[in-house]
Amino acid sequence: MPEPLLEIKNLKVHFPTDDGLVKAVDGVNLTLYPGQTLGVVGESGSGKSVTWLTVMGLVTKKEAIIEGEILFRGQDLLKLPVDELRNIRGSKMGMVFQDPMSSLHPFFKVGDQIVEAIRAHQRMSKREAMDLAIDMLRRVGIPRPEERARQYPHEFSGGMRQRAMIAMALVLNPDVLIADEPTTALDVTVQAQILDLIDRLEQEFNAAVVIITHDLGVVAEHADDILVMYAGKPVEFGERRDIYYGAHHPYTWGLLQSIARLDEAERERLRPIRGLPPSLIFVPPGCAFHPRCPYAFDRCSKESPELIPENGHHASACFLPLADKERIFKEEVLQRS
Amino acid sequence: MSVEVNERSEPEQRTDQTPLVKLVGIKKYFPIRRGIIFQRTVGNVHAVDGVDLEIYPGETVGLVGETGCGKSTLARVIMKLFEATEGQLFYDGQEYTRFSRRRMRPLRREVQMIFQDPYASLNARKTVGSIIGEPFRIHRTVSKGKIKGEVQQLMELVGLNPEHYNRYPHEFSGGQRQRIGVARALALKPRLIIADEPVSALDVSIQAQILNLLEDLQAEFKLTYLFIAHDLSVVKHVSDRVAVMYLGKVVEMAPGAMLYRNPKHPYTGALLSAVPIPDPDLAAQKKRIILEGDVPSPIDPPSGCRFHPRCPRAQLPKCSTDEPVLEVHHPGQLAACHFPLEDRAIMETAGVSE
Repeated sequence: MPEPLLEIKNLKVHFPTDDGLVKAVDGVNLTLYPGQTLGVVGESGSGKSVTWLTVMGLVTKKEAIIEGEILFRGQDLLKLPVDELRNIRGSKMGMVFQDPMSSLHPFFKVGDQIVEAIRAHQRMSKREAMDLAIDMLRRVGIPRPEERARQYPHEFSGGMRQRAMIAMALVLNPDVLIADEPTTALDVTVQAQILDLIDRLEQEFNAAVVIITHDLGVVAEHADDILVMYAGKPVEFGERRDIYYGAHHPYTWGLLQSIARLDEAERERLRPIRGLPPSLIFVPPGCAFHPRCPYAFDRCSKESPELIPENGHHASACFLPLADKERIFKEEVLQRS
Repeated sequence: MSVEVNERSEPEQRTDQTPLVKLVGIKKYFPIRRGIIFQRTVGNVHAVDGVDLEIYPGETVGLVGETGCGKSTLARVIMKLFEATEGQLFYDGQEYTRFSRRRMRPLRREVQMIFQDPYASLNARKTVGSIIGEPFRIHRTVSKGKIKGEVQQLMELVGLNPEHYNRYPHEFSGGQRQRIGVARALALKPRLIIADEPVSALDVSIQAQILNLLEDLQAEFKLTYLFIAHDLSVVKHVSDRVAVMYLGKVVEMAPGAMLYRNPKHPYTGALLSAVPIPDPDLAAQKKRIILEGDVPSPIDPPSGCRFHPRCPRAQLPKCSTDEPVLEVHHPGQLAACHFPLEDRAIMETAGVSE
């Protein structure tokens, strides 16, 4: 096993509000290795974004109660002073957000914004930094990068803006690239281009990549491992094949069954997850998913299931016996395809 | 397979039936003006550039294409929120292209719209009850005293709690807000609902709930849908026929299952091959058509076939000089291409059972 790049140990992020404590992240354990692509999947409010915003130091102890450890190459990011954290964030870890228009500054030229990001971390002349920025724009597939670097974000199309954001995140050669719904705002053809680009860059830079999404379809071709989150907790973790060809958690089944599939033979009725995601202030007792789970029994509302590996490192937090999980997946979930 | 064949020939059998909506050669250009006092038109954005479309009662027509292909503009032309630059619009056999606002009124009752962003399309300062009740007040189809009861019935119908009558849109989640939009669209018992990206802002799990709701409502009220989206898998799931648009024109039209199995237009093929499939093995078998570059500007669209600068199959000079027209390739399948794709060009085995 190579040295882990990032280890998250029992991370909890709770936001105090007037209405009560919002338990956005409630016990996440995770290890990320170099060259690994991790897909983090869940609905809005599952804590998938907050987990990674905390890793990036964009959610701090000022606004939230943070417990646990985030070890980057063995160093606990939560204990680092702000200026040391700033060194790591940006240069060792880069993040790309859903909406590239709101993450680029509208008043500054794209090239200048990348130059600023470089010079915040490295001593380099403006000219050298600009050369580097232009080179990076070329590598993410932006045609005529010299010209493009002198343009403003509004002169870029959505896909081009997202490429520019990726260029900015990767220009300092980070070890971890976190992409939070990187393609949700984009057309499918552009989505495919961006995901291919992330794949290619992962190999080129040997970075670990985290793709956060609500759509299991998006990461089917790109992630090595999948983490499914619900109400602030991981509910299933496994290799890609474990999840798509043998998921163990009823929530993952629900996500798979909700997708309108291009390859369905006839028009079949979708089987959505009933109800809505729970309030993170009043999380249901026991398993947080039990009010929406068609397979819930007595125990589910009383005890909280742990994320336990069942075979190898495929783990799920559910009380159903393994044999039942395998049977239900085969008979009810897979039958669609 | 035999079921498929029936489906394909359906449009031809329907000739005795009047389409609910018929578009003939619809064009919508937006002028680009320069100058402050003496404004002169220096060009046009060719948002919709010659679209013929028929929507029959009870069917769902899907309209799919990328950002800027003109699909939303077309919807707004049908609603007459935009005046068509050229072409004719028919509703139930009657032309309404040049109808005045007053004459449009009865028609507006029958054609309703659902929008993409359920937050931006609901007035944040009004309660849900008054938002859903608004159509009653405007069209006076229900007496004042009965509005509340009607609204609560609608709320129940779309899966909202009628007790939430006095709440505001911000108190609802995205999926629930979209249900409010659906309830409002249903208030006047329309015949046609134009849904413009109704689920693309929602989580996948919630998308499925809304799609099922729309399906149930269609069965219950015999609704006709024009369903607009950029996500081909969603469009294919809900539609009887799918029209693919590129730069203001329909480039291919066919039943969804046929499009998936045998796309003829290379653009359809590219769209199909880009759609993610939640099945890693199947996804790996898929042949990808990767499009270079962005959609060209609709101000000065490419000559000949508009897709030729990005098309992997384009042969010059034919594709850059002759504009292809929609031709029948299989019964029920129309495509506008000089060099169409062979059968099964994208999916070799395709998870479709034969």
